[in-house]
Amino acid sequence: MLIGRVIGDVVATQKAPSHEGRKILVVQPLNLDGSDRGDAVLALDAVDAGVGDRVLLSTEGFSAMTAVGRPNSPIDMAVIGVIDAIDLVDGAK
Amino acid sequence: MILGRVIGNVVATMKDAALDGQRLLIVQPLDRHGREKGKPLVALDSVGAGAGEVVYWCRGREASFPFLPREVPTEATIVAIVDSVNIPGAGTGTGV
Repeated sequence: MLIGRVIGDVVATQKAPSHEGRKILVVQPLNLDGSDRGDAVLALDAVDAGVGDRVLLSTEGFSAMTAVGRPNSPIDMAVIGVIDAIDLVDGAK
Repeated sequence: MILGRVIGNVVATMKDAALDGQRLLIVQPLDRHGREKGKPLVALDSVGAGAGEVVYWCRGREASFPFLPREVPTEATIVAIVDSVNIPGAGTGTGV
């Protein structure tokens, strides 16, 4: 899993049936210092996250489709948690 | 899933039998601003996408699931045609 920030969403009318009824969020993965980690990705929403939320991002299919509740679906990323706080030991980056 | 634009297609006569009838499209990944980012790749199509359209695709084992019960050997499949991308603060210059 990665830590990310929800920065937007996508509207798509023509899509896989398993993607219907779920928000498609644009998520920017983050480093622990809050800087961008690579490029933004699209993830289905499993926890009603919204723009601005810091979230837990699953980047593997089985966990993502299980969280969304759509087994055997073309889902490789999902937002599976909204992060309240992150605690690090002193000096960790 | 990754956002991208369809920029072409691939024709292959000799191919795995399970790929018969499948469309092989070339997709260019896009960043959050709608700019080209990274290198193009080949993806199967499951939604009727065409050249120039903005789409997103699924990677990995899950990419074969739109074709179930057929077992199609693909590692990238287009699963949606994007109408719009809404990113507050990014302006309207996404070209999407």
